[in-house]
Amino acid sequence: MKGELKDLKLVVNGKPYELKVKPKALLVDVLRKDLKLTGTKRGCLESTCGVCSVIVDGMAVRSCSILALQVNGREVTTIEGLSEGGKLHPIQEAFVNHGAIECGFCIPGRVMVAKALLDENPNPTREEVRLAMQGVLCADSGYVKQIEAVEIAAEKMRGGEGR
Amino acid sequence: MKDFDYFSARTVEEALGLLSKYREEAKIIAGGQSLLVLMRQGLLSPEYVIDIKGISDLDYIRYDDVDGLRIGALTTHRSIERSELIKEHYRVLSEMERNLATIQTRNWGTVGGNLCYGHHSGDLAPVLISLNAKLKVARLGGERVIDIEAFTKDLLEVDLEPDEMLLEIQVPPLKPYTGIAYEKLMVMQGDIGIVGASVLLRLNSSDGVCEEARIGLSGASTVPFRALEAEGVLVGRRIDDSVLREAAEVASEKADPPSDVHGSSVYRREMIKVFVRRVGKVALERARQG
Repeated sequence: MKGELKDLKLVVNGKPYELKVKPKALLVDVLRKDLKLTGTKRGCLESTCGVCSVIVDGMAVRSCSILALQVNGREVTTIEGLSEGGKLHPIQEAFVNHGAIECGFCIPGRVMVAKALLDENPNPTREEVRLAMQGVLCADSGYVKQIEAVEIAAEKMRGGEGR
Repeated sequence: MKDFDYFSARTVEEALGLLSKYREEAKIIAGGQSLLVLMRQGLLSPEYVIDIKGISDLDYIRYDDVDGLRIGALTTHRSIERSELIKEHYRVLSEMERNLATIQTRNWGTVGGNLCYGHHSGDLAPVLISLNAKLKVARLGGERVIDIEAFTKDLLEVDLEPDEMLLEIQVPPLKPYTGIAYEKLMVMQGDIGIVGASVLLRLNSSDGVCEEARIGLSGASTVPFRALEAEGVLVGRRIDDSVLREAAEVASEKADPPSDVHGSSVYRREMIKVFVRRVGKVALERARQG
Protein backbone atom coordinates (compact mmCIF):
# COMPACT_ATOMS: atom_id res chain seq x y z
CA MET A 1 0.00 0.00 0.00
CA LYS A 2 1.19 3.52 -0.79
CA GLY A 3 3.06 5.17 2.04
CA GLU A 4 2.90 2.05 4.21
CA LEU A 5 5.68 1.93 6.79
CA LYS A 6 8.57 -0.43 6.05
CA ASP A 7 11.18 -1.98 8.31
CA LEU A 8 14.61 -0.38 8.30
CA LYS A 9 17.63 -1.85 10.06
CA LEU A 10 20.85 0.07 10.03
CA VAL A 11 23.91 0.82 12.12
CA VAL A 12 24.58 4.48 12.84
CA ASN A 13 27.83 5.50 14.51
CA GLY A 14 28.34 1.89 15.62
CA LYS A 15 24.90 1.57 17.20
CA PRO A 16 22.25 -0.73 15.67
CA TYR A 17 18.74 0.63 15.06
CA GLU A 18 15.46 -0.96 13.95
CA LEU A 19 12.82 1.47 12.79
CA LYS A 20 9.70 1.75 10.68
CA VAL A 21 9.82 4.47 8.03
CA LYS A 22 7.75 5.72 5.10
CA PRO A 23 9.24 4.72 1.74
CA LYS A 24 9.66 8.37 0.78
CA ALA A 25 11.63 9.22 3.92
CA LEU A 26 15.06 10.58 3.03
CA LEU A 27 18.10 9.43 4.96
CA VAL A 28 18.72 12.99 6.22
CA ASP A 29 15.24 13.16 7.77
CA VAL A 30 15.47 9.75 9.43
CA LEU A 31 18.82 10.76 10.95
CA ARG A 32 17.50 14.12 12.18
CA LYS A 33 13.91 13.34 13.14
CA ASP A 34 13.82 9.65 14.08
CA LEU A 35 17.32 9.31 15.51
CA LYS A 36 17.62 12.93 16.73
CA LEU A 37 21.07 13.23 15.17
CA THR A 38 20.73 16.84 14.15
CA GLY A 39 24.43 17.41 13.43
CA THR A 40 23.72 16.48 9.81
CA LYS A 41 22.16 19.54 8.16
CA ARG A 42 19.38 19.90 5.62
CA GLY A 43 20.59 22.29 2.95
CA CYS A 44 19.25 22.64 -0.57
CA LEU A 45 17.49 19.25 -0.72
CA GLU A 46 18.24 19.07 -4.42
CA SER A 47 21.66 17.52 -4.51
CA THR A 48 23.52 20.76 -5.05
CA CYS A 49 25.05 21.98 -1.79
CA GLY A 50 26.34 18.80 -0.14
CA VAL A 51 25.98 20.01 3.46
CA CYS A 52 23.92 16.87 4.27
CA SER A 53 26.89 14.58 3.49
CA VAL A 54 27.40 11.51 5.67
CA ILE A 55 29.43 8.33 5.25
CA VAL A 56 27.69 5.10 4.17
CA ASP A 57 29.85 1.96 4.11
CA GLY A 58 32.99 4.10 3.93
CA MET A 59 31.76 6.37 1.10
CA ALA A 60 30.73 10.02 1.37
CA VAL A 61 27.16 10.42 0.09
CA ARG A 62 24.44 13.06 0.21
CA SER A 63 21.83 12.04 2.76
CA CYS A 64 19.17 14.24 1.10
CA SER A 65 19.51 12.25 -2.12
CA ILE A 66 19.13 8.73 -0.75
CA LEU A 67 15.97 7.05 0.45
CA ALA A 68 16.46 5.85 4.02
CA LEU A 69 15.33 2.38 2.91
CA GLN A 70 18.27 2.25 0.49
CA VAL A 71 20.70 2.06 3.42
CA ASN A 72 18.91 -0.92 4.94
CA GLY A 73 21.58 -3.25 6.35
CA ARG A 74 24.35 -0.69 5.85
CA GLU A 75 26.58 1.32 8.19
CA VAL A 76 26.21 5.07 8.47
CA THR A 77 28.62 7.49 10.14
CA THR A 78 27.51 11.04 10.93
CA ILE A 79 29.37 13.96 12.50
CA GLU A 80 28.20 12.74 15.92
CA GLY A 81 30.21 9.55 15.42
CA LEU A 82 33.61 11.20 15.09
CA SER A 83 34.63 12.33 18.56
CA GLU A 84 35.73 9.69 21.05
CA GLY A 85 35.23 10.11 24.80
CA GLY A 86 34.66 13.83 24.40
CA LYS A 87 37.86 14.27 22.39
CA LEU A 88 37.44 15.80 18.95
CA HIS A 89 38.54 13.92 15.85
CA PRO A 90 41.77 15.39 14.36
CA ILE A 91 39.78 16.80 11.43
CA GLN A 92 37.37 18.59 13.76
CA GLU A 93 40.28 19.82 15.86
CA ALA A 94 42.09 21.17 12.80
CA PHE A 95 38.96 23.04 11.63
CA VAL A 96 38.58 24.66 15.08
CA ASN A 97 42.25 25.52 15.58
CA HIS A 98 42.77 26.79 12.05
CA GLY A 99 39.72 29.08 12.11
CA ALA A 100 38.17 27.18 9.20
CA ILE A 101 34.59 27.19 10.45
CA GLU A 102 32.99 30.58 9.54
CA CYS A 103 29.20 30.22 10.13
CA GLY A 104 29.55 26.46 10.57
CA PHE A 105 26.49 25.29 8.64
CA CYS A 106 28.38 23.32 5.99
CA ILE A 107 31.04 22.03 8.38
CA PRO A 108 29.42 18.73 9.47
CA GLY A 109 29.04 17.67 5.83
CA ARG A 110 32.46 18.97 4.91
CA VAL A 111 34.17 17.14 7.77
CA MET A 112 32.49 13.89 6.72
CA VAL A 113 33.67 14.31 3.12
CA ALA A 114 37.17 15.06 4.43
CA LYS A 115 37.07 11.95 6.64
CA ALA A 116 36.06 9.71 3.75
CA LEU A 117 38.91 11.20 1.69
CA LEU A 118 41.58 10.74 4.39
CA ASP A 119 40.43 7.23 5.30
CA GLU A 120 40.94 6.23 1.68
CA ASN A 121 43.94 8.41 0.89
CA PRO A 122 45.93 9.49 3.98
CA ASN A 123 48.31 11.66 1.98
CA PRO A 124 46.24 13.56 -0.60
CA THR A 125 47.62 16.28 -2.85
CA ARG A 126 46.14 19.77 -2.66
CA GLU A 127 44.30 19.00 -5.90
CA GLU A 128 42.76 15.87 -4.40
CA VAL A 129 41.61 17.80 -1.33
CA ARG A 130 40.13 20.49 -3.56
CA LEU A 131 38.30 17.94 -5.70
CA ALA A 132 36.75 16.35 -2.60
CA MET A 133 35.84 19.70 -1.00
CA GLN A 134 34.17 20.86 -4.22
CA GLY A 135 31.17 18.66 -3.32
CA VAL A 136 30.21 20.82 -0.34
CA LEU A 137 29.35 24.46 -0.94
CA CYS A 138 30.30 27.14 1.61
CA ALA A 139 28.05 30.21 1.56
CA ASP A 140 30.84 32.15 3.28
CA SER A 141 33.37 31.11 0.65
CA GLY A 142 35.79 30.03 3.35
CA TYR A 143 37.38 27.39 1.18
CA VAL A 144 41.07 28.22 1.59
CA LYS A 145 41.17 27.68 5.34
CA GLN A 146 39.01 24.57 4.99
CA ILE A 147 41.42 23.03 2.51
CA GLU A 148 44.37 23.94 4.74
CA ALA A 149 42.59 22.44 7.77
CA VAL A 150 42.15 19.13 5.93
CA GLU A 151 45.86 19.13 5.08
CA ILE A 152 46.79 19.88 8.72
CA ALA A 153 44.52 17.05 9.90
CA ALA A 154 45.96 14.67 7.31
CA GLU A 155 49.47 15.35 8.55
CA LYS A 156 48.43 14.81 12.16
CA MET A 157 46.58 11.60 11.33
CA ARG A 158 49.69 10.30 9.57
CA GLY A 159 51.56 10.87 12.83
CA GLY A 160 53.48 13.92 11.73
CA GLU A 161 53.91 17.31 13.36
CA GLY A 162 51.16 19.01 15.31
CA ARG A 163 50.42 15.99 17.43
CA MET B 1 7.36 14.14 -2.57
CA LYS B 2 4.23 11.99 -2.92
CA ASP B 3 3.91 8.66 -1.13
CA PHE B 4 4.64 5.45 -3.00
CA ASP B 5 4.98 1.77 -2.28
CA TYR B 6 8.50 0.41 -2.21
CA PHE B 7 10.07 -2.92 -3.16
CA SER B 8 13.68 -3.88 -2.77
CA ALA B 9 14.54 -6.39 -5.54
CA ARG B 10 17.44 -8.73 -4.83
CA THR B 11 17.67 -10.31 -8.29
CA VAL B 12 17.15 -9.23 -11.92
CA GLU B 13 14.27 -11.75 -12.21
CA GLU B 14 12.54 -10.26 -9.21
CA ALA B 15 12.89 -6.72 -10.55
CA LEU B 16 11.60 -7.74 -14.00
CA GLY B 17 8.67 -9.57 -12.39
CA LEU B 18 7.66 -6.44 -10.47
CA LEU B 19 8.07 -4.31 -13.62
CA SER B 20 5.85 -6.61 -15.68
CA LYS B 21 3.21 -6.45 -12.95
CA TYR B 22 3.15 -2.69 -12.35
CA ARG B 23 4.43 -1.38 -15.71
CA GLU B 24 3.75 2.38 -16.18
CA GLU B 25 2.91 2.80 -12.51
CA ALA B 26 6.39 1.74 -11.44
CA LYS B 27 9.79 3.42 -11.59
CA ILE B 28 13.12 1.80 -10.98
CA ILE B 29 15.48 3.44 -8.52
CA ALA B 30 19.19 2.62 -8.69
CA GLY B 31 21.34 5.33 -7.06
CA GLY B 32 18.40 7.73 -7.37
CA GLN B 33 20.71 10.71 -7.84
CA SER B 34 18.51 12.05 -10.64
CA LEU B 35 15.21 10.27 -9.93
CA LEU B 36 14.78 11.70 -6.43
CA VAL B 37 15.34 15.23 -7.74
CA LEU B 38 12.58 14.72 -10.33
CA MET B 39 10.27 13.22 -7.70
CA ARG B 40 10.85 16.07 -5.28
CA GLN B 41 10.13 18.58 -8.03
CA GLY B 42 6.86 16.75 -8.71
CA LEU B 43 7.86 15.90 -12.29
CA LEU B 44 7.44 12.21 -11.47
CA SER B 45 5.18 10.59 -8.90
CA PRO B 46 5.26 6.82 -9.33
CA GLU B 47 2.88 4.55 -7.42
CA TYR B 48 5.60 1.94 -6.99
CA VAL B 49 9.34 2.34 -6.65
CA ILE B 50 11.45 -0.74 -7.34
CA ASP B 51 14.87 -0.46 -5.72
CA ILE B 52 17.52 -2.39 -7.66
CA LYS B 53 20.59 -0.89 -5.96
CA GLY B 54 21.05 -4.14 -4.01
CA ILE B 55 21.33 -6.42 -7.08
CA SER B 56 25.05 -7.16 -6.81
CA ASP B 57 24.95 -9.28 -10.01
CA LEU B 58 24.71 -6.05 -12.02
CA ASP B 59 27.79 -4.45 -10.46
CA TYR B 60 30.78 -5.55 -12.54
CA ILE B 61 33.48 -4.39 -14.96
CA ARG B 62 34.92 -7.06 -17.26
CA TYR B 63 37.29 -6.88 -20.19
CA ASP B 64 38.77 -9.20 -22.76
CA ASP B 65 40.48 -8.48 -26.08
CA VAL B 66 37.79 -10.19 -28.16
CA ASP B 67 34.52 -8.89 -26.68
CA GLY B 68 35.85 -5.68 -25.20
CA LEU B 69 34.34 -4.08 -22.14
CA ARG B 70 31.19 -5.14 -20.26
CA ILE B 71 29.88 -2.88 -17.52
CA GLY B 72 26.95 -3.92 -15.32
CA ALA B 73 24.21 -1.27 -15.11
CA LEU B 74 24.61 -0.92 -11.35
CA THR B 75 28.32 -0.16 -11.42
CA THR B 76 28.91 3.14 -9.65
CA HIS B 77 30.66 6.07 -11.29
CA ARG B 78 33.38 5.83 -8.67
CA SER B 79 34.09 2.20 -9.60
CA ILE B 80 34.53 3.23 -13.25
CA GLU B 81 36.87 6.05 -12.27
CA ARG B 82 39.06 3.77 -10.17
CA SER B 83 39.02 0.62 -12.27
CA GLU B 84 42.52 -0.40 -13.40
CA LEU B 85 40.99 -2.27 -16.36
CA ILE B 86 39.31 0.90 -17.53
CA LYS B 87 42.38 3.06 -16.96
CA GLU B 88 44.36 0.63 -19.07
CA HIS B 89 41.97 0.10 -21.98
CA TYR B 90 39.49 3.04 -22.00
CA ARG B 91 41.09 5.82 -20.02
CA VAL B 92 38.64 8.33 -21.50
CA LEU B 93 35.93 6.81 -19.28
CA SER B 94 38.03 7.26 -16.17
CA GLU B 95 38.88 10.84 -17.19
CA MET B 96 35.22 11.59 -17.88
CA GLU B 97 34.23 10.40 -14.42
CA ARG B 98 36.38 12.92 -12.56
CA ASN B 99 34.14 15.81 -13.58
CA LEU B 100 30.89 13.92 -14.07
CA ALA B 101 29.53 15.04 -10.69
CA THR B 102 30.70 15.61 -7.13
CA ILE B 103 32.38 12.75 -5.34
CA GLN B 104 29.29 12.04 -3.22
CA THR B 105 27.09 11.61 -6.30
CA ARG B 106 29.72 9.46 -8.03
CA ASN B 107 29.97 7.24 -4.96
CA TRP B 108 26.27 6.36 -4.99
CA GLY B 109 25.09 7.00 -8.54
CA THR B 110 25.23 4.27 -11.18
CA VAL B 111 26.13 4.26 -14.87
CA GLY B 112 22.81 2.63 -15.75
CA GLY B 113 20.86 5.26 -13.88
CA ASN B 114 22.82 8.00 -15.64
CA LEU B 115 21.88 6.63 -19.09
CA CYS B 116 18.24 5.89 -18.23
CA TYR B 117 17.77 9.47 -17.00
CA GLY B 118 18.16 10.41 -20.69
CA HIS B 119 19.48 13.92 -20.17
CA HIS B 120 21.05 15.75 -23.12
CA SER B 121 23.81 17.08 -20.87
CA GLY B 122 24.84 13.70 -19.49
CA ASP B 123 28.55 12.87 -19.84
CA LEU B 124 28.35 9.14 -20.33
CA ALA B 125 26.17 8.94 -23.45
CA PRO B 126 28.36 11.07 -25.77
CA VAL B 127 31.48 9.16 -24.72
CA LEU B 128 29.71 5.85 -25.33
CA ILE B 129 28.53 7.13 -28.72
CA SER B 130 32.12 7.77 -29.74
CA LEU B 131 33.09 4.32 -28.40
CA ASN B 132 30.32 2.71 -30.52
CA ALA B 133 28.76 1.09 -27.45
CA LYS B 134 25.64 -1.04 -27.25
CA LEU B 135 23.18 -1.53 -24.41
CA LYS B 136 21.61 -4.80 -23.28
CA VAL B 137 18.09 -4.41 -21.96
CA ALA B 138 15.76 -7.13 -20.69
CA ARG B 139 12.18 -7.91 -19.90
CA LEU B 140 10.83 -11.14 -18.40
CA GLY B 141 11.77 -13.90 -20.83
CA GLY B 142 13.71 -11.79 -23.34
CA GLU B 143 16.67 -9.55 -24.00
CA ARG B 144 17.62 -7.15 -26.78
CA VAL B 145 20.72 -5.17 -27.63
CA ILE B 146 20.46 -1.60 -28.94
CA ASP B 147 22.89 1.04 -30.17
CA ILE B 148 23.64 3.72 -27.60
CA GLU B 149 22.91 6.47 -30.12
CA ALA B 150 19.34 5.21 -30.57
CA PHE B 151 18.67 4.88 -26.85
CA THR B 152 17.63 8.43 -25.96
CA LYS B 153 14.41 9.35 -27.79
CA ASP B 154 13.77 12.84 -26.48
CA LEU B 155 14.48 14.95 -23.41
CA LEU B 156 14.39 12.52 -20.44
CA GLU B 157 12.85 9.81 -22.65
CA VAL B 158 14.69 6.59 -23.42
CA ASP B 159 13.97 3.49 -25.48
CA LEU B 160 12.72 1.28 -22.68
CA GLU B 161 9.28 -0.33 -22.61
CA PRO B 162 7.51 -0.08 -19.24
CA ASP B 163 8.51 -3.66 -18.41
CA GLU B 164 12.14 -3.37 -19.54
CA MET B 165 15.31 -2.49 -17.68
CA LEU B 166 18.92 -1.83 -18.66
CA LEU B 167 21.34 -4.61 -17.72
CA GLU B 168 24.67 -3.93 -19.37
CA ILE B 169 26.85 -1.53 -21.36
CA GLN B 170 28.95 -3.22 -24.07
CA VAL B 171 31.96 -1.47 -25.58
CA PRO B 172 33.92 -3.07 -28.43
CA PRO B 173 37.71 -3.37 -28.14
CA LEU B 174 39.69 -0.47 -29.57
CA LYS B 175 41.82 -1.08 -32.65
CA PRO B 176 45.44 0.08 -32.89
CA TYR B 177 46.04 3.77 -33.69
CA THR B 178 42.80 4.81 -32.02
CA GLY B 179 42.70 7.95 -29.89
CA ILE B 180 39.75 9.15 -27.91
CA ALA B 181 39.18 12.12 -25.61
CA TYR B 182 36.33 13.94 -23.88
CA GLU B 183 35.98 17.39 -22.37
CA LYS B 184 33.09 19.55 -21.35
CA LEU B 185 32.44 23.20 -20.66
CA MET B 186 31.32 23.70 -17.08
CA VAL B 187 30.97 26.52 -14.59
CA MET B 188 32.89 24.60 -11.94
CA GLN B 189 34.48 21.18 -11.84
CA GLY B 190 31.97 18.40 -11.27
CA ASP B 191 29.11 20.56 -12.52
CA ILE B 192 26.66 19.81 -15.31
CA GLY B 193 28.15 20.32 -18.77
CA ILE B 194 26.97 23.22 -20.91
CA VAL B 195 28.36 21.43 -23.94
CA GLY B 196 30.67 18.42 -24.09
CA ALA B 197 32.50 16.68 -26.91
CA SER B 198 33.84 13.16 -27.19
CA VAL B 199 35.95 12.43 -30.25
CA LEU B 200 37.33 9.09 -31.42
CA LEU B 201 39.84 9.03 -34.27
CA ARG B 202 41.36 5.90 -35.79
CA LEU B 203 44.29 6.36 -38.14
CA ASN B 204 45.75 4.17 -40.81
CA SER B 205 48.99 3.33 -39.07
CA SER B 206 51.24 3.74 -42.08
CA ASP B 207 50.31 7.15 -43.47
CA GLY B 208 48.21 8.72 -40.71
CA VAL B 209 45.01 8.92 -42.77
CA CYS B 210 41.83 8.87 -40.66
CA GLU B 211 39.94 5.61 -41.18
CA GLU B 212 37.23 6.09 -38.60
CA ALA B 213 35.83 9.06 -36.68
CA ARG B 214 33.02 9.10 -34.15
CA ILE B 215 31.88 12.28 -32.42
CA GLY B 216 29.38 12.37 -29.55
CA LEU B 217 28.17 15.70 -28.18
CA SER B 218 26.26 16.74 -25.08
CA GLY B 219 24.21 19.92 -24.88
CA ALA B 220 23.94 19.92 -28.66
CA SER B 221 20.34 18.77 -29.04
CA THR B 222 17.50 17.51 -26.83
CA VAL B 223 19.28 14.14 -26.88
CA PRO B 224 22.94 13.03 -26.83
CA PHE B 225 24.02 13.92 -30.38
CA ARG B 226 26.14 12.08 -32.89
CA ALA B 227 27.84 14.52 -35.25
CA LEU B 228 27.68 12.27 -38.32
CA GLU B 229 28.40 14.96 -40.93
CA ALA B 230 31.43 16.17 -39.00
CA GLU B 231 32.73 12.59 -38.87
CA GLY B 232 32.36 12.51 -42.64
CA VAL B 233 34.67 15.53 -42.93
CA LEU B 234 37.43 13.62 -41.14
CA VAL B 235 37.32 10.14 -42.65
CA GLY B 236 39.77 9.52 -45.49
CA ARG B 237 41.86 12.59 -44.75
CA ARG B 238 45.14 13.30 -43.05
CA ILE B 239 44.02 15.17 -39.94
CA ASP B 240 45.54 18.50 -39.01
CA ASP B 241 44.24 21.59 -37.26
CA SER B 242 42.52 22.99 -40.34
CA VAL B 243 40.68 19.71 -40.95
CA LEU B 244 39.60 19.63 -37.30
CA ARG B 245 38.43 23.22 -37.60
CA GLU B 246 36.36 22.31 -40.65
CA ALA B 247 34.79 19.33 -38.84
CA ALA B 248 34.03 21.51 -35.81
CA GLU B 249 32.26 24.06 -38.03
CA VAL B 250 30.11 21.30 -39.53
CA ALA B 251 29.30 19.80 -36.11
CA SER B 252 28.24 23.21 -34.86
CA GLU B 253 26.11 23.88 -37.94
CA LYS B 254 24.30 20.52 -37.78
CA ALA B 255 23.65 20.63 -34.02
CA ASP B 256 20.41 22.06 -32.67
CA PRO B 257 21.37 23.14 -29.17
CA PRO B 258 18.71 24.06 -26.63
CA SER B 259 18.59 27.37 -24.77
CA ASP B 260 18.27 27.14 -21.03
CA VAL B 261 19.53 28.67 -17.81
CA HIS B 262 22.99 27.16 -18.42
CA GLY B 263 23.51 28.75 -21.81
CA SER B 264 21.76 30.05 -24.92
CA SER B 265 21.53 28.07 -28.13
CA VAL B 266 23.82 30.59 -29.86
CA TYR B 267 26.45 30.30 -27.13
CA ARG B 268 26.33 26.51 -27.18
CA ARG B 269 26.74 26.48 -30.95
CA GLU B 270 29.92 28.55 -30.62
CA MET B 271 31.24 26.34 -27.84
CA ILE B 272 30.63 23.18 -29.86
CA LYS B 273 33.08 24.59 -32.42
CA VAL B 274 35.67 25.20 -29.70
CA PHE B 275 35.27 21.83 -28.01
CA VAL B 276 35.17 19.59 -31.10
CA ARG B 277 38.42 21.14 -32.28
CA ARG B 278 40.08 21.14 -28.85
CA VAL B 279 39.10 17.55 -28.03
CA GLY B 280 39.88 16.43 -31.57
CA LYS B 281 43.48 17.61 -31.11
CA VAL B 282 43.89 15.48 -27.99
CA ALA B 283 42.31 12.47 -29.71
CA LEU B 284 44.68 12.92 -32.66
CA GLU B 285 47.76 13.02 -30.43
CA ARG B 286 46.60 9.87 -28.70
CA ALA B 287 45.85 8.10 -31.98
CA ARG B 288 49.35 8.87 -33.28
CA GLN B 289 50.83 7.17 -30.23
CA GLY B 290 49.31 3.90 -31.47
